Amino acid sequence: MKPFTYERALSPAEAAASAARQPAARFIAGGTNLLDLMKLQIEVPPHLIDVNGLGLDGIEATSEGGLRIGALVRNTDLAADERVRRDYGVLARALLAGATGQLRNKATTAGNLLQRTRCPYFYDTAQPCNKRQPGSGCSAIGGITRQLAVIGASEACIATHPSDMAVAMRALDATVETVKADGVARHIPIAGFHRLPGETPHIETALEPGEFITAVTLPPPLGGQHFYRKVRDRASYAFALVSIAAVVQRDGTGRVALGGVAHRPWRVEAAEADLPRGAKPTMAAILDGARPTHDNAFKVTLAQRTLASVLAEAKG
Amino acid sequence: MNGEVRDLAVDTRTTLLDALREHLQLTGSKKGCDHGQCGACTVMVDGRRIYSCLTLAVMHEGDEVTTIEGLGQPGNLHPMQAAFVKHDGYQCGYCTPGQICASVAMLEEIKAGMPSHATADLTAAPRLTPEEIRERMSGNICRCGAYSNIVDAITEVAGRQA
Repeated sequence: MKPFTYERALSPAEAAASAARQPAARFIAGGTNLLDLMKLQIEVPPHLIDVNGLGLDGIEATSEGGLRIGALVRNTDLAADERVRRDYGVLARALLAGATGQLRNKATTAGNLLQRTRCPYFYDTAQPCNKRQPGSGCSAIGGITRQLAVIGASEACIATHPSDMAVAMRALDATVETVKADGVARHIPIAGFHRLPGETPHIETALEPGEFITAVTLPPPLGGQHFYRKVRDRASYAFALVSIAAVVQRDGTGRVALGGVAHRPWRVEAAEADLPRGAKPTMAAILDGARPTHDNAFKVTLAQRTLASVLAEAKG
Repeated sequence: MNGEVRDLAVDTRTTLLDALREHLQLTGSKKGCDHGQCGACTVMVDGRRIYSCLTLAVMHEGDEVTTIEGLGQPGNLHPMQAAFVKHDGYQCGYCTPGQICASVAMLEEIKAGMPSHATADLTAAPRLTPEEIRERMSGNICRCGAYSNIVDAITEVAGRQA
């Protein structure tokens, strides 16, 4: 790792102000993704702001009937929370489908949202990558693309977002609460939180420099049956080729979000009207405009079949 | 650190794993991949299993760290260590300290009712099946392939605890 200085922040506003003063600084919470990237010198922050002591580790009921999840709630604790298991099964399932027990014990709610892509060319510092080094080019295009995006990609980047948790939160219409460097709080709907790569794949979220996530809120429970179906190359501890977060109601209506296919959790609300007609028309509408590569064209078929399997299970 | 207070001055870059091995001479915890992919560095911090290679020593001031040395010693083995010996839950032994620390903490997670990817009913208490054990131990790789014996060792200890 490159040398860095280290501080422990005492309040969210102070953390945000400190980060704004030192634009190359990084917040560190669980550290499981950041330290990995620092060892590889993909991330080289000169300063770390440890936010573990901020007390943002509670899960509380909101007055609207939903849940407010502190930014520092560990993935283990969120998945084990009785209310999450009972009312937001899709979220508990998504969390448990990701990483390992050791990583979930450290990984936080905000950190999970902010984790970086696992595109192999992002990780290989000997290769150009627009995300790692803006303007250097994309080695993934024309390279080994089996794991990479099939929709929403650009000429600059075909990476995918690796999170399972975020896919479930997209299906649930969560809201990300933040505090900016000037102390102003804001609420960002999850639908607008992660960006598509476009010409600036190194800018991955709607966060401003220094802006600090304090919580994620979930709206009141949707009822229905909850599913998170993850298809991957091994049975555990692997990133998704395709994953589906779904909440299906008794009348066949519902919500569907996809992981493993795009630069952000992929959901097309208009396509959900097709759900009672089955997986084929629904997935055709969700993945309308997909431009898969030769290596990952299978994901389009796999997504449709995975949704078919979820809908079959929902019917019982 | 294993029940004792230890004072250390380290470079900010020092991982907990390097602090254990290079500064405190607790070399039971192993460095395999150093990237959170193999599990050989697993230790318990405040009772929870984590990868000590993916956390900084400076982030653990005041925390209680338990390593394989703190679980048991020759002549006074932890039941999980004894069960690994009895069931031949290793071949080369390199992943074993991490496997044992992970197993001990994992059984506590099941006891606390925490679900896993292998848990069929999220609202019921998890059952101690081989499928549950395999899923919950997927963060510890054994390249000698002693997995079936590791599951046997864990199952025996869990049965005794139940």
